[in-house]
Amino acid sequence: MSNKVIEAINISKSFHDPITVNVLKEINFSVNQGDFVSIMGKSGCGKSTLLYILSTMDTQYKGELLLDNIKMTGKKDVDLARVRNQKIGFVFQFHYLLSEFSVLRNVMLPGLKLGEKTTQEVEHYAYEKLKILGIQDEALKSPNQISGGQKQRVAIARALINDPLIIMGDEPTGNLDKKNGEIVFSIFKELAEEFNQSLLIVTHDPDFASRTHRTIVMEDGRIIDHGI
Amino acid sequence: MKFKLIFEISKSMLFARLKQTMVAAIGVTFSITMFITLLSFMGGLNKLLDNLILNRTPHIRLYNEILPSPIQPIDKSGKFTDSYNSVRSIKPKDEPSEIRNSLAIIKALKQDKRVLGVAPKTMLPIFYNTGSINLTGVINGIDVLEERRLFTFDDYVVKGNSVDLKNVPNSIVLGIAAAKKMLVEIGDQIQVTTSNGERFPLKVVGFFQSGIEDIDKTQSYCSLATTQKMMGKSDSYITDIQIKLKDRSIARKLSIQYAKLFGSQAIDIETANSQFDTGSSIRTLISYAVGITLLIVAGFGIYNILNMMIYEKMDSIAILKATGFSGKDVNRIFIVIALTIGVFGGILGLIFGFGLSGLISTIPFATESLPTVETYPVDFNPKFYLIGAIFSIITTYFAGFFPSRKASRIDPVDIIRGK
Repeated sequence: MSNKVIEAINISKSFHDPITVNVLKEINFSVNQGDFVSIMGKSGCGKSTLLYILSTMDTQYKGELLLDNIKMTGKKDVDLARVRNQKIGFVFQFHYLLSEFSVLRNVMLPGLKLGEKTTQEVEHYAYEKLKILGIQDEALKSPNQISGGQKQRVAIARALINDPLIIMGDEPTGNLDKKNGEIVFSIFKELAEEFNQSLLIVTHDPDFASRTHRTIVMEDGRIIDHGI
Repeated sequence: MKFKLIFEISKSMLFARLKQTMVAAIGVTFSITMFITLLSFMGGLNKLLDNLILNRTPHIRLYNEILPSPIQPIDKSGKFTDSYNSVRSIKPKDEPSEIRNSLAIIKALKQDKRVLGVAPKTMLPIFYNTGSINLTGVINGIDVLEERRLFTFDDYVVKGNSVDLKNVPNSIVLGIAAAKKMLVEIGDQIQVTTSNGERFPLKVVGFFQSGIEDIDKTQSYCSLATTQKMMGKSDSYITDIQIKLKDRSIARKLSIQYAKLFGSQAIDIETANSQFDTGSSIRTLISYAVGITLLIVAGFGIYNILNMMIYEKMDSIAILKATGFSGKDVNRIFIVIALTIGVFGGILGLIFGFGLSGLISTIPFATESLPTVETYPVDFNPKFYLIGAIFSIITTYFAGFFPSRKASRIDPVDIIRGK
């Protein structure tokens, strides 16, 4: 039995504006170490909402969230920020790179924030991550000077910098063309299989989902298929 | 380490919007410059006006006023202890206006550690005789050296040398307006008549200009000895004892003490010139009010620019928060931005303020009433610079406070999902 990196227990969420809508209804599931999991569903089924709760950024929910067997529910903003910094890597649909910094600096920022390594070590590490993703040559460029596919790869490198417990992605290939989407997918696959990295990716691309280890299907705020 | 990172992020954001940052900083610079200049100029002016009076006014003046005696003989009688009395038409006693035992008092005062110096003075009302016309005037018999030391007498002697008053027998330093009337030059003889009807020739050794026309018309200075001679009195005849203290603030307390101790009237500088303190403090208040208003306006500029920056940087803030920066960190980033604007703008403002006040202090400013002043008065008081620096930091901090708080409360989920 492998280790559970993330576990949701009876998570529910509702929006009250303008009328009460139950977006998530008693979600129970977990992701094991090294799993490459995708969450599928039609738009509006609550899959992104669930991801943001799992990511600890959204704290307005009922139920319990465990990350690395530690309870996250009810923690303070500062503590959650640290958890996100250390244990979660994010890849969004949009790359969200800071245009004021070079590619390398963007990758380094969460590492510097964690403050466990010296600046030189973080820089060295960031270079390694960029190398894994095949974009080390772009390191000193500004994010505005590189292509969309490269930007997304930089975002993945940034997600990896602190060796997170789990990488979460919200439609990470949604904004990319087929070729770049393919590259990003193969990177994820490589991370999962070679580096035993846990991944939890929200997507509505069935092709993408079918090639992951496990697909969770959601509908109307419930999980209808756990994919096990 | 952590702060280094925050500084680095702040710096990048600042440089990304360099133009706006500059505008905000220039706002602070401008307001601090004006604040410093205004206060220095006002301070200089205040000092000048105060010194005009304060330099020449003794901190405590001992004198004998001609007054009806407060104790009448009937009060001293033991027979009427349980009754009231009323004496009408009391007249002052005929007693000389000299201070009794003056030499002993002066000696005692000179030994008092709180006293900086003592200058005795004798006032003598006279007439200047010019042809058949008599002009009224007052001769102040002074101790020339002490008067020079304590009351900057030299500053007001515009022509001639004040020391001649001491060295040339029967000499006079004449008020410049009176000299003009009599058409006399230095070296000329003038005639004066004392109230006793005696005529006296005096040699003019200098002119005196206070800047106040009425004083210049009537007042003149002789040495103490000359005056005493004119009155036919001994060298202990002194009508005023002027005291300058080391610390002006104790004047009021000490004057009461001295009046009791020496049995004469005493008036302190605060009582004699209360309007000057009031004028100074109100002028200072107005300059501070204007200066601080300028700073607050600059603060609003910073507030606007930070707000704009936060709207523009919404995405960056969201991703910083998503990757592990807490609300506190984001708050710090924007506070650092605000303070950087404040500190740099403030430092430049202090430098420009110093430069501008320096420039003002070189502008010629000649006025009849102020013979010693040649340029605009400016007070380069370090206090103003300190206040300017502190206020620039405080206002920019508050200007940054609310936008920073807003930034720290941005919910990354809203931003990221909104795309």
